[in-house]
Amino acid sequence: MDATAAKYLGAGLACLGMGLAAIGVGSIFGNFLSGALRNPSAADGQFGRAFIGAALAEGLGIFCFVVALVLMFVL
Amino acid sequence: MAAGGGIDPISQFQIKPIVPLRPFGLDLSFSNASLFMALTVAAVSLIMVYGSSQRATVPGRLQSLAEIIYEFVASTVTGVMGKQGMVFFPFVFSLFMFVLMANMLGMIPGAFTVTSHIIVTAAFAFLVIGVVLVYGIMKHGSHFFGLFVPSGVPGWLLPFMVLIEAVSFVSRPISLSLRLFGNMLAGHIALKVFGGFVVALLAGGGIGYVIAPLPLLLAIALTALEFLVAFLQAYVFAILTCVYLNDALHPGH
Repeated sequence: MDATAAKYLGAGLACLGMGLAAIGVGSIFGNFLSGALRNPSAADGQFGRAFIGAALAEGLGIFCFVVALVLMFVL
Repeated sequence: MAAGGGIDPISQFQIKPIVPLRPFGLDLSFSNASLFMALTVAAVSLIMVYGSSQRATVPGRLQSLAEIIYEFVASTVTGVMGKQGMVFFPFVFSLFMFVLMANMLGMIPGAFTVTSHIIVTAAFAFLVIGVVLVYGIMKHGSHFFGLFVPSGVPGWLLPFMVLIEAVSFVSRPISLSLRLFGNMLAGHIALKVFGGFVVALLAGGGIGYVIAPLPLLLAIALTALEFLVAFLQAYVFAILTCVYLNDALHPGH
C-alpha cells in the first residue's frame, strides 16, 4: 500500500475513537441528568463531578484526535 | 490564506515574529503569540482591577462581572478542596482567568489562539503538577507518597496498584495539557474547514450558490458551540487543577 494512503486511512481509523469517547461523555451526562431529575436538590453538589468525569472521558477522544493530526501533518 | 478553493486550516496557528529579536542566537522575537498573551493579561487585569476599584454596594456591570467570576471560582475551589483549599485560590483563579480570556480572545475572527499551542498548555500543566509535588512534599514529607499506596488492598496486588497509581499520576500533566490544546485546535480547524466549504462552493458557481448557505449556517452554529467549549475547557482546567491540588493537601486515601 502507498504510504500516503496508509497515513490517511490511519487518520480516519483514529477518528473512530472520538466517536467512542462521545458514547462515554453521553453516558456520563445522561446518567447525571437522570439522577438529577430524581433528586434535583442533590444535583448542584455533583455538578463538578459530572464535569470531571466528562473531561476524563473526553480527554481520551482528544488523544485520538491528536493521533489523527500527527498522522496527517507531522509524520 | 491560499487563493481559490484550497484553504489551509493549519496556517492560522503559525507563529509570525512581529519584532525580531535574536540575542546570542536565541530566538526571543516578539511574535503574534506574545502579543496575544500580553493582550490576555491586559484584558484580565482590566476587568479585575477596574471592576474591583469602585467597591460600590450596588455593583455596576463590570463589578458584578468580577464578583460573579470570583464567587464562581471560589465555590469551585472550596467545593473540591474544602476551606483549606483557599490557600490555592489565587493560583487557580489566575490559571482560570488566563485560559478563559485566551480562549475567548481566540474566538475573535483573525485572532491568534494562545491555548491552541501545546507548549503553552503543557507549561501550565507542568506548573500545576510541579506545585502539587513541591507543596505535597513540603507539607507532608514522605507521607505524600502514600498517595501511590491505596489502603485496603491485598498484599499481592499492592505492587501492581502502586504501579498503576504512579502511571496515572505521571500521565496527568499529559492529559491536562492535551485536553485543552486538542479542544481549541479541533474547534478552530473545524471552523476554518466549514468556512473553506463556503468559499469553495461559491468559487465553483452554479449549484454551489444554492448549497453554500448550508455550511455557512453550520459554521455559525459551530461558532456558538466554540464559545461554550472555550468557557467549559477553562472550567475543566480549573476544576482538574483543584482535584490534583487536593491530593497535595490531603494525600491519604
